[in-house]
Amino acid sequence: MTAPVLEARGLTKRYGRVVAIDGSDLSLYPGEILAVIGDNGAGKSSLIKALSGALIPDSGDILLDGKPVHFRTPMDARAAGIETVYQTLAVAPGLDIADNLFLGREQRKPGVLGSVFRMLDRSHMRDEAKRHMSELGVATLQNIGQAVESLSGGQRQAVAVARSAAFGSKVVILDEPTAALGVKEGNRVLQLIRDVRDRGLPVILISHNMPHVFEVADRIHIQRLGRRATVITPKSHSMSDAVAIMTGAADPPPEPAA
Amino acid sequence: MATATTATDFDVRRHDSFGLRVQHLLHSNPVLGPLAVLIVAIIAFSIVNARFLTATNMSLVLQQVTVIAVLALGQTLIILTAGIDLSAGAIAVFSSILAATFCTRAGLPGVLALVLGLGFGTLMGAINGFLVTRIKLPPFIVTLGTLTIFFSLNSVVSGSETVRGSDMPGIMTWTGESIPIGNFRLTYGSIIMLLLFAYFFYALSRTAWGKHVYATGDDAEAARLAGIQTSRVLFSVYTVAGLLYAVGGWILIGRLASASPNVGTEYNLDSITAVVLGGTSLFGGRGSVLGTLIGALIVGFFRNGLQLAGVEVVWQGFAIGLLVLIAVSLDQWIRKVKT
Repeated sequence: MTAPVLEARGLTKRYGRVVAIDGSDLSLYPGEILAVIGDNGAGKSSLIKALSGALIPDSGDILLDGKPVHFRTPMDARAAGIETVYQTLAVAPGLDIADNLFLGREQRKPGVLGSVFRMLDRSHMRDEAKRHMSELGVATLQNIGQAVESLSGGQRQAVAVARSAAFGSKVVILDEPTAALGVKEGNRVLQLIRDVRDRGLPVILISHNMPHVFEVADRIHIQRLGRRATVITPKSHSMSDAVAIMTGAADPPPEPAA
Repeated sequence: MATATTATDFDVRRHDSFGLRVQHLLHSNPVLGPLAVLIVAIIAFSIVNARFLTATNMSLVLQQVTVIAVLALGQTLIILTAGIDLSAGAIAVFSSILAATFCTRAGLPGVLALVLGLGFGTLMGAINGFLVTRIKLPPFIVTLGTLTIFFSLNSVVSGSETVRGSDMPGIMTWTGESIPIGNFRLTYGSIIMLLLFAYFFYALSRTAWGKHVYATGDDAEAARLAGIQTSRVLFSVYTVAGLLYAVGGWILIGRLASASPNVGTEYNLDSITAVVLGGTSLFGGRGSVLGTLIGALIVGFFRNGLQLAGVEVVWQGFAIGLLVLIAVSLDQWIRKVKT
């Protein structure tokens, strides 16, 4: 069986006497969508923050491709190939789609124009942006030079997901990507998540939306009381089973096969 | 109705009224509004008084506008990051006094005195930047404090005395000299101003630094998560603005043919006025230096045009104030743009 791309072992984070994560594990395998669900306060967001570098765990290990990594900032995680789409999307509303895709990673023109005059290679970035957007089937955006604030919620999400897919070389983490969306746009974003996986990037999906989780996830990591209660699959368990495990109404099944 | 709005696809569909279309147009081309005001003003004032559009009068307006325009350029950078700089005029005047003092009382060569003056202006901007990014104070408070401090030091250094242009090396007043083009007299100060605008137009729209300035002003937290070192961007903006104000101070010496510690109190607010009239949003992330140039020209043309039309000075201020309020209201409306 294949080795996990990203693995967390015994991660712990305490805030004073409050234990946010209590020896939590997580494994993400190549080419899968792993959903992370859990009740409020179960430690999902702390776990995810630790993986994306936004939080430094007190103890425990994170392994990327089997090698231990220590992220001090989100930049470290990003440099290692882990891209995170935050719930707030982290887009600049006034800038256009191409600018946002390359925000913080702009490309300069080759030669003197780039090195001395620091001129951005706008046409190249626009072409690349178009390519990334259409690869994910979001080619309907008429104008790549359109300001992001003129886009709908789903379109903005598409921009943020496209950015993570374009630059994430190892893992894409999506935090509640469908939370603020309507039914139709939510479904489009789910398709987008599948597209990202089908391009070979494993995805960690944090969501409260059970139907969405059961629709796209290959495996479902259930977080409870700061640790991994179990991992189930949409085939092996029903939605109500998942909710029961999540809330503690049912005992988790033994650690399953991947 | 609610289902109809939530079930939109990824395609943008618009069925807009005329007002909404104007709103969208101004939203995507923020310079159009100020440009329209400028053109209407020019036409109106030239109808009222034929002297308005003469080359002599135009070159006078440009000279009057130059210092404010350079200060407003620095102010634009800061306002784009959702900040504000109340110390712009104070830095300009204090830098000019320092440079004048270095070459007269300290007897330094003109070029060295000038470079030192520009250097001190940059330092003053950097102090603002330090207080905003490291001590994390609101820009309004920081620059309110440094405004008072810089003006105070300005009085101490100058002894409240004006340094005459004839007592200074030629380089100090060079910005006031001009190239005649027919009846139009283009000063070197104005040329510097136009070159600076061209440069910062380029820097803001064609370099990564420019994108980062906009992104930081738009949503600082989002910019940070996207990997931009927002503190560094902010610090650079305040520092560069300090240098620009000092250049403004140099041009001011040429304009007045002296270095006077008692001018410039009104420049702080005038620079903000020009930025706002130019369509740059006080909430950050939106606007352009081109707009600011137009904004500065609007102020200049209004003052000059109203004067030629025989309107008293006190009412000129009234008119400019009214324009500012209209510009800010317009900005609020444009910001509420919906798809």
